[in-house]
Amino acid sequence: MSEGTLYDKVWEEHTVSELPTGQTQLFVGLHLIHEVTSPQAFGMLQERDLEVAYPELTHATVDHIVPTADQSRPYRDGAAEEMMSELEENVRDAGIEFSDPTTGDQGIVHVIGPEQGLTQPGKTIVCGDSHTSTHGAFGALAFGIGTSQIRDVLATGTVAMEKKDVRKIEVTGELGPGVEAKDIILEVIRRLGTEGGVGYVYEYAGEAIENLDMEGRMSICNMSIEGGARAGYVNPDGTTYEWLEETDYFQDNPERFEELKPYWESIRSDDDAEYDDVVTIDGSELEPVVTWGTTPGQGIGIDDPIPEPESLAADKQDTAERAQEHMRVTPGDTMEGYEIDVAFLGSCTNARLPDLRRAAAVVEGRQVHDDVRAMVVPGSQRVKAAAEAEGLDEIFEEAGFEWRNAGCSMCLGMNEDQLEGDEACASSSNRNFVGRQGSKDGRTVLMNPRMVAAAAVEGEVTDVRDLKEVKVA
Amino acid sequence: MTVEIPEIGSVTGTGVPVRGNDIDTDQVIPARFMKVVTFDGLGEFAFFDLRFDDEDEQKEHPFNEPEFQDASVLAVNANFGCGSSREHAPQALMRWGIDAIVGESFAEIFAGNCLALGIPTVTADHDAIADLQAWIDDNPDGEIHVDVERETVTYGENTIEATVDDAQRRALTEGVWDTTALMKSNADAVADKAASLPYTDV
Repeated sequence: MSEGTLYDKVWEEHTVSELPTGQTQLFVGLHLIHEVTSPQAFGMLQERDLEVAYPELTHATVDHIVPTADQSRPYRDGAAEEMMSELEENVRDAGIEFSDPTTGDQGIVHVIGPEQGLTQPGKTIVCGDSHTSTHGAFGALAFGIGTSQIRDVLATGTVAMEKKDVRKIEVTGELGPGVEAKDIILEVIRRLGTEGGVGYVYEYAGEAIENLDMEGRMSICNMSIEGGARAGYVNPDGTTYEWLEETDYFQDNPERFEELKPYWESIRSDDDAEYDDVVTIDGSELEPVVTWGTTPGQGIGIDDPIPEPESLAADKQDTAERAQEHMRVTPGDTMEGYEIDVAFLGSCTNARLPDLRRAAAVVEGRQVHDDVRAMVVPGSQRVKAAAEAEGLDEIFEEAGFEWRNAGCSMCLGMNEDQLEGDEACASSSNRNFVGRQGSKDGRTVLMNPRMVAAAAVEGEVTDVRDLKEVKVA
Repeated sequence: MTVEIPEIGSVTGTGVPVRGNDIDTDQVIPARFMKVVTFDGLGEFAFFDLRFDDEDEQKEHPFNEPEFQDASVLAVNANFGCGSSREHAPQALMRWGIDAIVGESFAEIFAGNCLALGIPTVTADHDAIADLQAWIDDNPDGEIHVDVERETVTYGENTIEATVDDAQRRALTEGVWDTTALMKSNADAVADKAASLPYTDV
């Protein structure tokens, strides 16, 4: 078992009791809720005549079903309106703060938590959403839970969990031009598999991780779950603290920043911490990664050939064959030149300000390809406003992108933003599962935001590094 | 209201095989069916896009086959339930009629969600699962006994050694898989913890 890691320390700090099952009753420092997975939990609470134990440690937003075009109420989609109304009623009754669209603070739950300073190092954070792992970027222990567990957290302020092993993933070296955080995590999942992380929490470390900004670290922790790991984290450091200091919470409570810093420092993994497993990846060798299949583990470098199913591990061959049939790709080809119909820049993985800036730098002075519909869905209302203050909206709109309101949008197709028929989509999101983007014949190619921008203007999967006059950082 | 939490030492019923690795929660229940505020009625949408074509005509899928309509033991392969945390997935399976799942491996959040509903997720190796799935095809009316306590799955003349995660086994067999009341009884310790943490203002 691991010892002296951030995970061990935060776990210990939040342990309330050992349950008869051998599970640990863990205190929850921040409970984020949204409209899709919480209403049933409030219903269960009502059935059992229970109240919300810690409304002050709970925060709500609306993201999955919110329309990104016309947001006037009632929403045109009656089901979406019902879910929104239900959430409004629940948070009002329980006294839970709600970043709703009228506040200017609404957005994807994993974007707004960090930007408001709710997400902090050394907190336990849960949400009824698997991408809660995102918050680990700040050195929090953050994981997704189901609705019955939401009921537990609402009613008790705690969650029953089993302790996991810790795998350190060390990414050494400097990333090459055009290579981003997204490429690191797609490579991690490709190497370790979509179930390689089951039973583990991932600690991301090494030079390439330390050099990332907070948004990049969030992109990586976000997709831990795609590798089977329920949580992933980065030890807090100077980059983390600089980011935190600018958030609402610490702007409003500057004294808390100095008060909490010793705690944040204390929960960093020790230099001599023991891990259950260590994996090293040479970051300097990475290329932009794109997926060729229907699981996030089916990725390749943009110059690499799509694998023959027979060349893969026995248990991956069947999935690969079905995926290649669905995607209509041929082993031996590269993904470069794969025609796309839609470009989606959004999601809790890649819709923060630096993501949009990098993509905008690619599209500036270019036009979206005639056969492509392209949209930008900022991760939050604040990201949207900040991007507009820099004129990014104009760059995107002049190029032919639609500039939308914040939400989960086409990442999972729960609102009007969906693929149609067998459309192929270059997407900055996190899942390429069959049907994920709203059409069961739709085809999703996951990639970093700059690669999405390049695909949008070229009408096909393109190595962004080959586009002329593009400044790559 | 006091909630009765039954002890689940074993599950017995006929089986239904759903083959394939990495069957994700979007396959188990597509997101468009999650635009609801209760879990009622989700059963009919289990594996919907795998079961129906664009004209809502039935496709070939075990959940459509008449001989499997009364099945309660689902036999699956590796990494079943990967993807999102939606409890709608096990809720849909449960409401379709599934009481236990036997497979090569399960995604963690999915298995946790099953436990919260009292559905065992029992694992066995690839060959054992393949044999079980083949047997179910040949014996759709054959009874399968999933013994959570003993960690075995018995069908026909065969008994396979299976694995049930320790915490899951204890939670199910001792009837403590619904943890709300159990954890609520520690409210004082929770309040002490809340007060002692450096970052809370409660």
